[in-house]
Amino acid sequence: MKLINEKKPAFPWFGMDIGGTLVKLVYFEPVDITAEEEQEEVENLKSIRRYLTSNVAYGKTGVRDVHLELRNLTMCGRTGNLHFIRFPTQAMPRFIQMGRDKNFSSLHTTLCATGGGAYKFENEFRMMADLELLKLDELDCLIRGLLFVDRVGFNGHPECYYFQNPSDTQSCVKKPCTLDNPFPMLLVNIGSGVSILAVYSENNYKRVTGTSLGGGTFLGLCCLLTGCETFEEALEMASKGDSTNVDKLVKDIYGGDYERFGLQGSAVASSFGHMMSKEKRDSISKEDLARATLVTITNNIGSIARMCAVNEKIERVVFVGNFLRINTVSTKLLAYAMDYWSKGQLRALFLEHEGYFGAVGALMELLKTTEDP
Amino acid sequence: MAECGRVDSNTSHTMDKSITLPPDEIFRNLENAKRFAIDIGGSLTKLAYYSTVQHKVAKVRSFDHTAKAAAGDKLYEISMQEEVTARLHFIKFENAYIETCLDFIKDHLVNTETKVIKATGGGAHKFKELIERKLGLKVDKEDEMTCLIKGCNFVLKNIPHEAFVYAKHADSEFRFQTTNPDIFPYLLVNIGSGVSIVKVESEDKFERIGGSSIGGGTFWGLGALLTKTKRFDELLQLASKGQHASVDMLVKDIYGGSYGYLGLTGDLIASSFGKSATADKDFSKEDMAKSLLHMISNDIGQLACLYAKLHNLSRVYFGGFFIRGHPVTMHTITYSINFFTKGEVQALFLRHEGYLGTIGAFLKGAEEDNPNQYSWGENYAGSSGLMSVSPDMNPMQRARSGTFDMLEMDRLERQLVNLPLLQDPSSYIPDTVDLTEDALAREYWLYCFEEALDGVVKRAVASQPDMPEAALRAEKFRQKYRHKLQTLRQQPFAYGSLTVRSLLDTREHCLNEFNFPDPYSKIKQRENDIALKYYQKAVKSLDELSWEEKQFALVQGVLAGNVFDWGAKAVSDVLESDPEFGFEEAKRQLEERPWLVDSYDQWLERLKGPPHKCALFFVDNSGVDIILGVMPFVRELLSRGTEVVLASNSGPALNDVTNGELQILTERIAAMDPVIEAGLREDRLLLVQSGSSSPCLDLSRLDKVLAMVVRERQTDLVIIEGMGRAIHTNYYAMLSCESLKMAVIKNSWLADRLGGKLFSVVFKYEVPAGKPNKDCGAFSPS
Repeated sequence: MKLINEKKPAFPWFGMDIGGTLVKLVYFEPVDITAEEEQEEVENLKSIRRYLTSNVAYGKTGVRDVHLELRNLTMCGRTGNLHFIRFPTQAMPRFIQMGRDKNFSSLHTTLCATGGGAYKFENEFRMMADLELLKLDELDCLIRGLLFVDRVGFNGHPECYYFQNPSDTQSCVKKPCTLDNPFPMLLVNIGSGVSILAVYSENNYKRVTGTSLGGGTFLGLCCLLTGCETFEEALEMASKGDSTNVDKLVKDIYGGDYERFGLQGSAVASSFGHMMSKEKRDSISKEDLARATLVTITNNIGSIARMCAVNEKIERVVFVGNFLRINTVSTKLLAYAMDYWSKGQLRALFLEHEGYFGAVGALMELLKTTEDP
Repeated sequence: MAECGRVDSNTSHTMDKSITLPPDEIFRNLENAKRFAIDIGGSLTKLAYYSTVQHKVAKVRSFDHTAKAAAGDKLYEISMQEEVTARLHFIKFENAYIETCLDFIKDHLVNTETKVIKATGGGAHKFKELIERKLGLKVDKEDEMTCLIKGCNFVLKNIPHEAFVYAKHADSEFRFQTTNPDIFPYLLVNIGSGVSIVKVESEDKFERIGGSSIGGGTFWGLGALLTKTKRFDELLQLASKGQHASVDMLVKDIYGGSYGYLGLTGDLIASSFGKSATADKDFSKEDMAKSLLHMISNDIGQLACLYAKLHNLSRVYFGGFFIRGHPVTMHTITYSINFFTKGEVQALFLRHEGYLGTIGAFLKGAEEDNPNQYSWGENYAGSSGLMSVSPDMNPMQRARSGTFDMLEMDRLERQLVNLPLLQDPSSYIPDTVDLTEDALAREYWLYCFEEALDGVVKRAVASQPDMPEAALRAEKFRQKYRHKLQTLRQQPFAYGSLTVRSLLDTREHCLNEFNFPDPYSKIKQRENDIALKYYQKAVKSLDELSWEEKQFALVQGVLAGNVFDWGAKAVSDVLESDPEFGFEEAKRQLEERPWLVDSYDQWLERLKGPPHKCALFFVDNSGVDIILGVMPFVRELLSRGTEVVLASNSGPALNDVTNGELQILTERIAAMDPVIEAGLREDRLLLVQSGSSSPCLDLSRLDKVLAMVVRERQTDLVIIEGMGRAIHTNYYAMLSCESLKMAVIKNSWLADRLGGKLFSVVFKYEVPAGKPNKDCGAFSPS
């Protein structure tokens, strides 16, 4: 028992994904701590564990997504709970400061980090907190984390879901499902920007393309257009708005469907097209603008994803990333767009832990590195 | 007239009034206009109509031979006749002018049986009532996309240098594409308020394969919200000054540098507007507009690439009001396409992109006139040309494009096709030097044409001694052509690649415009008369030579004859000051062998072999050139058993011999020369028109009949004579049969450039590679 223990990485077990907008942190809280361990556990480590598990908010902007917690999970021979924490990338300096204050470097743990920030903040971690990061590729981590979470499930339920009857708002319902045979899949990761990957196996994938019109664009434009400050605020407004006051629809131009091209009158012909007119600009609500921004960005991602799926000949399109957090407008719209434009050929799938897979993947790397010395 | 002027003064946004066009030049030939079509977009209206234009043309007619004495020593008479040709007019103006323009049209529309106006575009609906009320015509709506595609096919087929690649930082921003006879299949990405991506497979077969709602309307609408700037052009101007990196989240903002593992550079945009979500600061209008422009251009570019890839298409044209010649958007779209396809697909733009809808609508309405069965040519005299430059660089030109822009196309009497003997029609470029790219050459030739203008005006007036108002017209011609030259100095790309040919053609178009169809008619007549008198003597002295001496003398004759060229300034100076300058004198002026380009020995060797089956001879000047130079050469070919097709211009250009003149000359020569007579009688000597009215030669636009004759006669030798046809154009033309290019360089600057001197000789005999001529041994042409 002791021998095996020695092979395991020292606690605390963290995986971190430092994105353009958000930092995603997963923390494995061991619940099978023996009395002996408890005694040996340094004060430092104990205080970190208590701080993280007894709070749901950290500072002004850190949040623990309690509803996502994976309980009684076995990782690397230990049982525990996996916690999901996020805070804005802007708070990174404060986070590093905290690492120094808590003397994190004395714990001799490896901090596995992925995302662009792993590179950007590497020096600051070293200089300010005397911490050496193990930098990991974000797409490797994303796929590894996703496959892991899907495998272990969501506390007894499937991690994955889709929408039944996506084209009918009345009867459209969320349905759980499993990714029994996940390959090949088109993986669309919507963070600040968007990456689209064709995944053929855990280690065989390619980045097909990406777009800069992502979650950051939605929030950025919303902030500029409505004066809102947070993603939650932006989504809240969007949920109340009506994009057809902002967008020009096919029927606004053609009076109805454009039959020559099989375009429905209700299809958006020009996003923000009504805003070319001053009268319309003057009469528009912030909620409508937020909704239009959300719909524009979402539809565009759907459109590019669909083209990629066709080009790559992949029928399963999995959408992940924090843009989809608490964002049923987008998930339903994506489900609808995939179904409608492919005439039922493509299916959009979603995962409950939307934006955390990179961080989970980073954590797994920590466990892997020490497993094979 | 007054009405249009009034509207002008209302438009406070036009920056410079000095260039606004006089209204009598805007809706030209309205008196006999018919078949109107209109395309009303979000901000611009494009009007099309068809008119018949009365031209004065110079016709030659042979005098009755029996009455020869009465006609003095003249061979033929020249008469000015009225000829009616068809012309298409396209005018583009801002929607604000629409009512005034409709009034103007109503007032000037005299003889029309037109009952219907074809309409397309998003605004057609909105203005339907107004049009019907003002013009009393019934508005007949046509599908927008169908019109667009029809128009696109039409310009791609009929206008050389229609499509171009935009390269902002290259020496010349515009790289025009050679006309590929096979225009299908292609992808048209139309960026209006939204985006439509259309795959076009043939004249009538096209399909909207995709689209996007993020388009010009998004740029405009979102841009207006973000920057409080109302006008589309102003938004673009803001964008051209902004820095997108202060608003966008770049890869380096996330990574601190590049994302090497994926090969993403640090400057790549990771998230458009990503910084505005987090940074607590105000962003400048310019920066936001720039970021927006990048976002939309990249997005459209990406979708276009995905569709091009899916449908395996490499030709992608971009159009719509988002593009409309704006350098900023052309640049960002080009950048995006290059990025997403890694250079595999080029973004192509069209010079007349703004007119596609109205051209298409017009064609729909004119189907009974079969416009698609004819060839059409851009009338440089009546067309505004491409006006786009960066808004900052040339506000004067932009102001003009903000008022009225015109395109005129003349129906060509003949259908034009490729010379079947071109080695590779798709890569054939007629012009030897692209003045758009060669700034030094451009400078020289623009100067040269401006210098020569006085002489041209003088000759134009002199050609119409009986018409007192000729001087006034000539003056108008001078203004017009000078203005064209000034425009071209500023914007060499206005009519496609600038070449010596296009400068010459523009001059011819302008002369025609002011009813000087043939300023050289009298000079040509006099020259022909004089030369004919020496014909028999010349032939006789040639016949006294040994075979080998004769061959050389024949070539010398063609070259010396070619020195007689009023088109070249150095020569016209000599000719005007010294009328005694004769044929023999010209021979003495010729450079001694070895010539500047000299494959005479190979040619001579070839002549020792079996005769050619049929020779196609593109002739040049009237007078000494054709009569004393070319005809004896032709005579020798006929004597060898070679059939000869003489290709001459359909219409006049400088002192070039026209087909009409050549018919008469040849008859007269036949009367003196049994060899020529037999050739004509036995149908071994044919006179065919080239379809051209240019001093230069575009082998991709030749009369269909000529192409047919060339094929039928199994032509195996092409002879091209003169500077315009063999030096300025076709110097590098590759033919699939033997070819002979002969010219004397009568321009010292050009001679200098080619490493020779004034009156240097180019004698370029070529046998196509891979087709070694058994009879000429191991020679390979130099």
